[in-house]
Amino acid sequence: MTRQLGYLATIVSLAVAIVGCGMAVLGARRRQASLVAASYNAVYANFFLLAIATGAMIYGLVTHDFSIGYVAQVGSRATPMFFTVISLWSALEGSILFWGFVLALLSAAVVWANRHREGTLVPYAAAVLLGIGAFFFLLLVGPANPWHLVSPTPADGPGPNPLLQNHPLMAVHPPLLYLGYVGMAIPFAFAMGALLSGEIDRTDWIVLTRRYTLAAWAFLSLAIMAGMWWSYEVLGWGGYWAWDPVENASFMPWLTATAFLHSVMVQERRGMLKLWNVNLIAATFLLTILGTFLTRSGVLSSVHAFTTGTIGYYFLAFIAAGLVLTFALVAGNSEKLASEGRLDAPASRETVFLLNNLFLTAFTFTVLLGTLFPLVAEAIKGIKVSVGAPFFNQMTVPMCAALLFLMGVGPSLPWRRTSAAQVKALALAPAIGAVAGVAAGLAFGIRDPFALATLAFAAWALVCNVREYQVGAAARMKAHGESVPVAVGRLVAANQRRYGGYVAHFGIIMMAIAIAASSSYKYEKEATLKPGATMPLRSFDLRFKEVWGRDEPHRQVIGADVEVLDKKTGAVLATLDPRLNFYPTQEQPVPTPSVRSRPVGDLYLNLMAFTPDGASATIRAIEEPLVPWIWVGGFVVAFGAVISGWPTRRSAGRRMVPVRAPLGAAAGFGAPAGTGVATANQVASPVA
Amino acid sequence: MTPSTAAQNARSRKVIAIATVVLMLGGFGYLAYGGIGENIVYFLTPGELVKKGEKAVERPVRLGGQVVDGSVVWNAQNLDLRFKVTDGQGTEVLVHSRGAPPQMFRAGIGVVVEGKYGRDGVFQSDNLMVKHSNEYRAPDAEAMKHPERLNKTLMRESRS
Repeated sequence: MTRQLGYLATIVSLAVAIVGCGMAVLGARRRQASLVAASYNAVYANFFLLAIATGAMIYGLVTHDFSIGYVAQVGSRATPMFFTVISLWSALEGSILFWGFVLALLSAAVVWANRHREGTLVPYAAAVLLGIGAFFFLLLVGPANPWHLVSPTPADGPGPNPLLQNHPLMAVHPPLLYLGYVGMAIPFAFAMGALLSGEIDRTDWIVLTRRYTLAAWAFLSLAIMAGMWWSYEVLGWGGYWAWDPVENASFMPWLTATAFLHSVMVQERRGMLKLWNVNLIAATFLLTILGTFLTRSGVLSSVHAFTTGTIGYYFLAFIAAGLVLTFALVAGNSEKLASEGRLDAPASRETVFLLNNLFLTAFTFTVLLGTLFPLVAEAIKGIKVSVGAPFFNQMTVPMCAALLFLMGVGPSLPWRRTSAAQVKALALAPAIGAVAGVAAGLAFGIRDPFALATLAFAAWALVCNVREYQVGAAARMKAHGESVPVAVGRLVAANQRRYGGYVAHFGIIMMAIAIAASSSYKYEKEATLKPGATMPLRSFDLRFKEVWGRDEPHRQVIGADVEVLDKKTGAVLATLDPRLNFYPTQEQPVPTPSVRSRPVGDLYLNLMAFTPDGASATIRAIEEPLVPWIWVGGFVVAFGAVISGWPTRRSAGRRMVPVRAPLGAAAGFGAPAGTGVATANQVASPVA
Repeated sequence: MTPSTAAQNARSRKVIAIATVVLMLGGFGYLAYGGIGENIVYFLTPGELVKKGEKAVERPVRLGGQVVDGSVVWNAQNLDLRFKVTDGQGTEVLVHSRGAPPQMFRAGIGVVVEGKYGRDGVFQSDNLMVKHSNEYRAPDAEAMKHPERLNKTLMRESRS
């Protein structure tokens, strides 16, 4: 019953998406309001259908209905309820279903929010969203069908992949990632809608698109951070980033979306980079599809996965279709995408944005190259290779340093041009900061040149960042007699968009410093200990107490109790219990490292091996400075995005004032509700 | 400024801009090409590794094969591990690794070791992975038994 209901809802959603897409296009072309309204209803209907399908699947998982193919694949009576529910996204079919649900949800939300907008932008955007939906619903009916009947019904299932039921972060990371990934379909739909409707030369699509990109970007940022955290907490090697293709897949669209969030400001202020921005949006969306292809088709672990599943071909065909659509539409609108302004001077904010985009694009290409190279090498030369992490590090660390440098410079420079004297005055304090950053790194014992360069430019950017607040707040304090916290708070509130960006910058600087310190000043030691034996580390001593075992319904747990001792007094600071979990479905145990987090850094213990009689255990201990600040930085980045994109009464009440009024901006252009566009007039602009 | 010099200026600025972009792209391409070439990690079997000879020495390699029965020498105190890896076709390579092997490591199991093949004919491993680690399988009787057997002694005095 559950199975039939879910399957039926999935099939109907495919039909509704195809018909709705056709109605939206026809309605927009013929300017027929009733057809357009019907296509909007198709978008809403799909949300309800996918909610029913997803609900049915969760119900099937919870009730252990093993006649449903997907439940038989990932369900198990022994798995705790929490992990049973989230096993919705622990394998291919369920994750595509969840993807379809998120897409239907976001599509319905944006179409509803913009349903009264005049013109044909929204109908075309709805058509694109329904088209993307149709593709995913087709996958659910065809190669990724989670509903196929298992007969006779098995009594029990294997449960989800042990790696995915070992940590609660698995409940957080995938939904965030889908909101980020699928969220990038919305800006793509509006960009394509703007091209299709010929409204690409107006500003309202770009205002909407920036807003939606910002939201998706915030989710994607959190998702990547949660993924790093998960990898740190579960995989047991004490790291959080390995340039693994799966990580790269999530990182590439983040890079291009970041580039877009910066270059879109140049378009809004100067009417430049229009063509470039459309391409960035399209690239971001297609990279999310490429990422899904890479992670979901099995192509990465082995190219031969192609022969076992056909889903890879669907993705490749979809990516090709997306590329063709983008190229055709961009070519058809080339006149409207021509630049209105041009660079006035090399030392201006525009130039910094250009360089920022250049580096972010090069960054994306580097990651793409390193990720796809093994696939190409195997396809062409038949050799099995992988691209080592040193390639990524030596290519991208200099780019990161350059981006941090620009992060400091950009906000300080005014639009259009700057005098040499201004530049000199601006550079002095951050330059001192950079020197101080290197000195601090050296004093702590960091010798790695890459890490020192990162610290230098992070300190540079930090000084610039703080100066933005200081100058603005000082002006407010002088003008209104406000106290420091009030002045800073009101400064941010009054210039949400601008200072939201600076808050995000601050989070990135935090992450850069923490990553540089934790990767270059790591202390690692491994030893086999007998009960009572101690092991000296850099800032602690460890004393091994005992190994213990415990039976849980879905696994067996072996843990080692280890006391953390103060190096001087010998007092017990904490007892950590790194564990190994044995799942019946996997030979290899899944480690659960034990981490003691403090602002100065983490102590990370992993149980490597033990003797079955408990006579000894091998413990790996890692001291990693500043790691918690990576996670804090991730939250700060997302918080900055929220500040920047949050609707305000100010922005709802009036429209932005572009430097050059775009053509046709007056016709059929109602003030969009809450567009979150920052105002050009600042309470105190530091240099202008 | 006369119109012609303005046009000239605009043109020369364009040339400079294009030249800059070409230069940066070229530099990027050069770095990426060299970087990839240096950091390619080949996945080889013991037979392929030995056949490559000098070309594979002191270069990052992933070596995949089976642990030879009776070849494992593990010193828990020094964390020093030596074993031989075979491709099942007669070629064996001696591997030296530091640190505890994964819990499931034993003779006969498939492994992938990352490291470098030394001139002395010993493969120095930085990372030892048991090959089945990423493979996800439905439970079978053998695997169900395994952890129990391994942890039997500890389980007896288990706590909850």
